Parts: sequence; C-alpha cells; structure tokens
Amino acid sequence: MPHFTKPAEGSWTEHYGIDTQPVSYEDSISPEHYELERDAIFRRTWLNVGRVEQLSRNGSYFTKELDAARTSVVVVRDTTGEVRAFHNICRHRGNKLVWNDYPAEEVSGTCRQFTCKYHGWRYALDGELTFVQQESEFFDFDKADFGLAAVRCEVWEGFIFVNLDDQDTTPLSDYMGELGGGLAGYPFHKMTQVHRYRAEIGSNWKLFIDAFAEFYHAPVLHAKQAVSDESRKLQGVGFEALAYGIDGPHSMVSSWGGMSPPKDLNMVKPIEQKLRSGLFGPWDAPDIGLGDDLPPSLNPARHPAWGIDSFVFFPNFMLLVWKPNWYLTYHYWPTSHNTHIFEGTLYFVPPKNAFERLQQELAVVTFKEYSLQDGNTLEATQRMLESRAVTEFPLNDQEVLLRHLHTTARGYVSDYQQQHQTSTPVGISAAS
Amino acid sequence: MPDLLPSDFADLERFADWALPTEGARYDKRLASTMDELEAFYDAAFPRLEAAMAYLEQFGMDNLPEDGKRLLWLFAALVTVSFPVEVWRQPRVPDSGASVFDAVVEPAI
Repeated sequence: MPHFTKPAEGSWTEHYGIDTQPVSYEDSISPEHYELERDAIFRRTWLNVGRVEQLSRNGSYFTKELDAARTSVVVVRDTTGEVRAFHNICRHRGNKLVWNDYPAEEVSGTCRQFTCKYHGWRYALDGELTFVQQESEFFDFDKADFGLAAVRCEVWEGFIFVNLDDQDTTPLSDYMGELGGGLAGYPFHKMTQVHRYRAEIGSNWKLFIDAFAEFYHAPVLHAKQAVSDESRKLQGVGFEALAYGIDGPHSMVSSWGGMSPPKDLNMVKPIEQKLRSGLFGPWDAPDIGLGDDLPPSLNPARHPAWGIDSFVFFPNFMLLVWKPNWYLTYHYWPTSHNTHIFEGTLYFVPPKNAFERLQQELAVVTFKEYSLQDGNTLEATQRMLESRAVTEFPLNDQEVLLRHLHTTARGYVSDYQQQHQTSTPVGISAAS
Repeated sequence: MPDLLPSDFADLERFADWALPTEGARYDKRLASTMDELEAFYDAAFPRLEAAMAYLEQFGMDNLPEDGKRLLWLFAALVTVSFPVEVWRQPRVPDSGASVFDAVVEPAI
C-alpha cells in the first residue's frame, strides 16, 4: 500500500520507460569495461572539480587528479578574475607542473605564476609561457607556441566543471539540463562553512552512487542509528520516495524528512535532543532568503513532508539539498574497475556561535558514521559480484535511479564503441 | 599544571585531554578508549552541555579565548563519543570494518 502517489503507469520505472528486468553488474566488475568507461565517460562529459569559493582571489588555484580521465588538471582564477583550467603538464618535457612533495597528491594555494620544478619554465595564470631558461639554446623557438594546454572550464551556480572532450561543444548549462536549470538561484554561495571527507573505497564507482541513490537500504543498514522503537517502526514502514525525476543522463530522488525536527523528541537520541540536530542537519534552519519559494527542481511534488532532494548529475557528481538550508556533495573518482576515491562535502551557513558550531558538528559526525557503514558494505558487494556466482539481480521501483545510471553509463560506452569501431567485450549489456 | 578550561568548568578539567582541535584526533581517541572511559567522559560532560554553550555564546565564533576554544573542542568530543555511548555500545561503528573516512577540510575553531 503506497504512502505517496505514484505515476499513472503504476511505477516510477515504467513511467520513465526504463525496463524492469533483472540487471547485470558486469559493468561494475569488468576491468575491460572500465577501460572503455575512462574514454567514453570521463573524457567526454562535464566533471565537477570544485566550487568558486575554493578560488577566493586572483591567483588562487587547486589541482585535481582525474585518474579515470588519465590526467591531472590545475584550476586557477587568473589576474582578470576568470576561472580557467589547464592540463597540469609542463610543455617542455612533460613534468607535472603544479605539485608539492608527492606527485600524486592534490594541492592548492595562491601564486602569481606557475613555475616548473624541473627546468624553471614559467607560465602566466592565463597559460601563456612567459620564461624559458636559456631560451636561445632552443631551435626555431617561439614561446607563443608553448602555452599550457587548456581544458574547457565553465561554472554552473558556483560549481566549477571541466570537460576533456575538445570535440564536444555542449555548454555546461545545457548539459545540466532541466534538473540543473531548476536549481538556478539556490543560494549555494551563502553556505561557505565546509567539511570534506575523503575515503578510498573498494568498489566500482557506480556501486557507491547506487548506495546513495536509493533509500531502500536506510531503515535496515542504518537501523541501529535510530533509537530502537523508532528503528523498528522505520523497518516496518520501509522507504518510499515522494518523487523521482529523470532528465537525460541525470536523475533525482525527492524524499521526506521527518527528523528535522522530529514530531516526538523521544524518537531521537539524547545528544540530538540537546543539540537540536542530527543526520538531517540542524533543526533551526538559518535564513537564506528563500522563504517558501523553492526553485522548481526542489521538492518537485511540493509535499509538506519534504526533507531532502538528491540529484545525480552524470557521471559522478551528486548534490543533496536539505530542507534545513544546507547542502552536501558526493564525488566518486574511479581509480580502477573495483576501487574509487569518495569525497563527501558538507556545506553550511557559517555558525554565529558555539552552539550552532556544535549543531553542525553533530550533523557532520553523523554523516561520517553512516558513511563508514555504507563504504564497508560496498566492498562486501564488490567482492561477491566479482565471484559471478550470481549474475542477475532484481531491482525494485525505489531503485529506479540505479537502473537509469547503469543504463546511461552503458549507453555512453556503446556510443563510443560505435564511433570508434572497437570490439564489444563479451557480456556487457543489460540482462535480458 | 595551569587550568586548560575556563574556571566555571573546573569539574571537567580531568577530561581536558579530550579537548582536541580536529575531528580526526577526537575520533582516534574514541577508538583508543574503552567503553568505561567513554562513558565516564560522557556522563561528566553531557549534563554540562547547556552551561558550556551559554558560557561560550558571549564570545561569538570569531573571538573565542584560548580556554574557550578548548571548551568547545571538548564538547565537540562529546558529540564524537555520543555515538558509542548512546547507540553502538562499542567504540567503533558496527559493520565499518576497514573503511576509513578522513576529514580533509574542516573549519578551524
């Protein structure tokens, strides 16, 4: 008996024209398929690499390791204030340009120019090569020919994206689609109090998106996080979303959020009662100037019980907007077919006093406790999927975003294969 | 040894080693503690939470004195230990096994 209205077709999955058959996870356990994804997906889509607040002034920069896309980029605010991105490689002999101590680690800072550690070549923040050690020793040499290799870089609502595909002319704002367009004007820029967590996860990148794109697991895996009476009730009810949205390669799930604040204080733990905060964030939402006038992509069902919307922007960027006026991002950076680096970042309006700081601390630490359980479960899933003891798995209607993600990712790979006439590895298709 | 916490909170001085400036350090101390140690700290600090917040409110976030910062760190550690004491009954998150989540960006107090 559904608690929330479903589309006329009877299910969200059928409403969006997605098949309902059992699925294969061969796309998450095959090293060969992952090699195709690197070129077909991570070198051909807009990738979110950070926020404009990370580049607070002219000369601010950060580097981003894009192992899946086979490169590292340096993102910088140049002397005119424009945000630019370059492949992080010196034009002389290919040394990594911006790094400290450890070549594989990401760095950030502020500088007036980029200087290569190897032979001292210098580049202006717009990429122009400005100094070459012993320039007269080179042959037929013009510095103008050796500027940094630029990467397409655009900003959407303060989020900085790069695209490594020189052939793709789709502007970022078009790529983000209606779901992204419908978030325009949300005051992300007011939430500058940032907590970021990083974890090395022993699973395919898509499997962690799967874990965060459905809440079917929440009443079970995280049962002990609620007080016991509440936990039993949650398991009995299960989970139903308020709404699902599919928009090209992107998708979203809109969920209720009865815990901020809870109807009954006895539903939550003593520390939550005292601090008026928890997984759903501080219960006392700061004023961010929105009123009741939410952007159209938020709470699309306009349901009074709304608590959180989770957006999956293909391929690896999730954005979670919570009713009490804070947001969370997830990034999944593949490092092999069965490993990836996960980043979870929480953004709050800066606290005015110690109490608000502790309210945020409780939300942050609660997020970490949940994520530790999620991360460990993924490794268990990956290991057994790789056994191939079972190869077809049923997904329910509350898991519609998982079907869409895997279908979309396989579509990018098959399009790429058609364009490049490469052979199809055996077994990579939807189960039939 | 000089007092580390504001004099109003002398009763918590014996737990001043919980006044650690980063979430990672607080979590590491939790994992290195027994449940008896976690419960002793929780039982002493939890009833003092409201008084500590009222005391710190007079400064705002930008003007916390050094002993005030330590007091806030100590109560951030109360948040860290609330999970094992209130729900897990063990220092480690159940089913978290080998997984590790490191804070790489964190606002300083």
